[in-house]
Amino acid sequence: MDFSAFFEYLSMMVTYDFAKKALIVGSLTALCSALLGVSLVLKRYSMIGDGLSHVGFGALCVASVLNLAPLKVAVPVVIVAAFFLLKLSENSKIKGDAAIAMISGTAVAAGLVITSFVDGLSSDVSGYMFGSILSIDDSDVPLSVILSVVVILLYVLFYNRIFSVTFDESFSKAAGIKVDLYNALIALLTAVTIVIGMKLMGTVLISGLIIFPPLSAMRVCKSFKSVTAVSAVISVICFVVGIFLSFVFDTPAGATVVLVNAVTFAVFFAAGKLKKA
Amino acid sequence: MEPVLQCKNLNIAYNGHTVVKDVSFDVMPGEYLCIVGENGSGKSSLVKGLLNLVPVRSGSVSFAEGVSGGIGYLPQQSPIQRDFPASVEEVVLLGCIKNTGFRPFFSKSEKKTAEENMKQLHIFDIRKKSYRELSGGQQQRVLLARALCSADRMLLLDEPVTGLDPIVSSELYSVIHKLNHERNLTVVMVSHDIASATANADKILHLDEKVEFFGTADEYLDSNLGKRFAKGV
Ligand SMILES: Nc1ncnc2c1ncn2[C@@H]1O[C@H](COP(=O)(O)OP(=O)(O)O)[C@@H](O)[C@H]1O
Ligand SMILES: [Mg+2]
Repeated sequence: MDFSAFFEYLSMMVTYDFAKKALIVGSLTALCSALLGVSLVLKRYSMIGDGLSHVGFGALCVASVLNLAPLKVAVPVVIVAAFFLLKLSENSKIKGDAAIAMISGTAVAAGLVITSFVDGLSSDVSGYMFGSILSIDDSDVPLSVILSVVVILLYVLFYNRIFSVTFDESFSKAAGIKVDLYNALIALLTAVTIVIGMKLMGTVLISGLIIFPPLSAMRVCKSFKSVTAVSAVISVICFVVGIFLSFVFDTPAGATVVLVNAVTFAVFFAAGKLKKA
Repeated sequence: MEPVLQCKNLNIAYNGHTVVKDVSFDVMPGEYLCIVGENGSGKSSLVKGLLNLVPVRSGSVSFAEGVSGGIGYLPQQSPIQRDFPASVEEVVLLGCIKNTGFRPFFSKSEKKTAEENMKQLHIFDIRKKSYRELSGGQQQRVLLARALCSADRMLLLDEPVTGLDPIVSSELYSVIHKLNHERNLTVVMVSHDIASATANADKILHLDEKVEFFGTADEYLDSNLGKRFAKGV
């Protein structure tokens, strides 16, 4: 398929309201998660992203049962969980991993049990688990846009500090940077990003959006700035391409996006090997 | 002359377990002090205690006026760093971060400082290279350049030569020696390498939880402890 056909199809796609909303919310989420993913991956905090999405699942289920706005319940719950998981990972790496897995399991189990008491929620539940392109409703769009813009602004504003803390906590601390504060900021922004992206991408797939783009970028880029920029660009492109393919082939959106990311990673991996050779 | 650094009866403990016990010493301006001792003897903890990076249980650390803002720190390298995707230039510039306040970008003069320090440590030509592609010795030079960006009074170096081959490590020793003399920087350095430590430093502090020896390098070589250590390790 050539490019003009791609854009033609794309412009047709955005005439569908649901697809337009999904593209807006999803691209912003993809951008935020790629930025934060760089630090999470380098700090070996990938598990936090995974844990948070599972806690988010539990929170969304509770919101469904109580008939509350999903984001309004999930955002605070996941933020609290983020601080908690961060503390766990900081204290002892190995036990932290096990604790995060335990919390993930409990949150998902609680969500499934609670929703089983109420009839007619099974489609909500599977949507939260695997994501759904139809799930983005009108109230989600403005809130997601505002939250994403805040995430991006804070990231840009504190870019050098986040970089410093990611590279070397001890040095940063000695230079007077409030390391705990910036770790908390990273956790907070991650929590917000995950919640925004969850309805679209699903619990089990959102962490792919965090992990893949930075890992792909790190295969070929030499500087932190280029890793960050390339990660963001890859993430948005993979998202748009993934949604597009899911539209064309009628495949699940979140899963298709993650597969596109996986293929991209394979390509960058090979490119990195070739470059070295 | 007033000491630049006075450490008095310092105690550091993690979860109630003491790792630095009743440590006292002074460092004079322009002096070069090496802290030696076996693995786990509390050297890194002591350095972190001096910088207030770990909670101090009791005792005191005091710097002469204006010194605490001009300390360059080179922490012991963590495994995370070795394959970190950042350019040499970017890492060195981070040394200027403490002056940036809430300014999100580095100023011209900060970039200039970074450039000068890269030139002095002969890493200017590789400034676009990725940190993870460098040899161990080059990586330490980068971290030293970063430390220099924030140092106008004192360098605190935690095992800068560990893991380097003898030639590279003696090069690094001579760079540090030069900085000590030419910039009149006070140097406090943790080292494993007794021979180079005693050859370069004015004073030696031998640590094993508490102070086993504190005095000049010559005195250390004459002491029983120094003789045993210089031979054995
Ligand atoms: N953050 C920490 N929490 C708990 N124990 C620690 C911590 N850092 C170091 N220790 C312990 O303190 C002792 C001294 O460690 P350290 O200061 O790193 O010694 P050295 O630098 O001389 O090898 C060791 O037994 C080490 O296990
Ligand atoms: Mg040490």
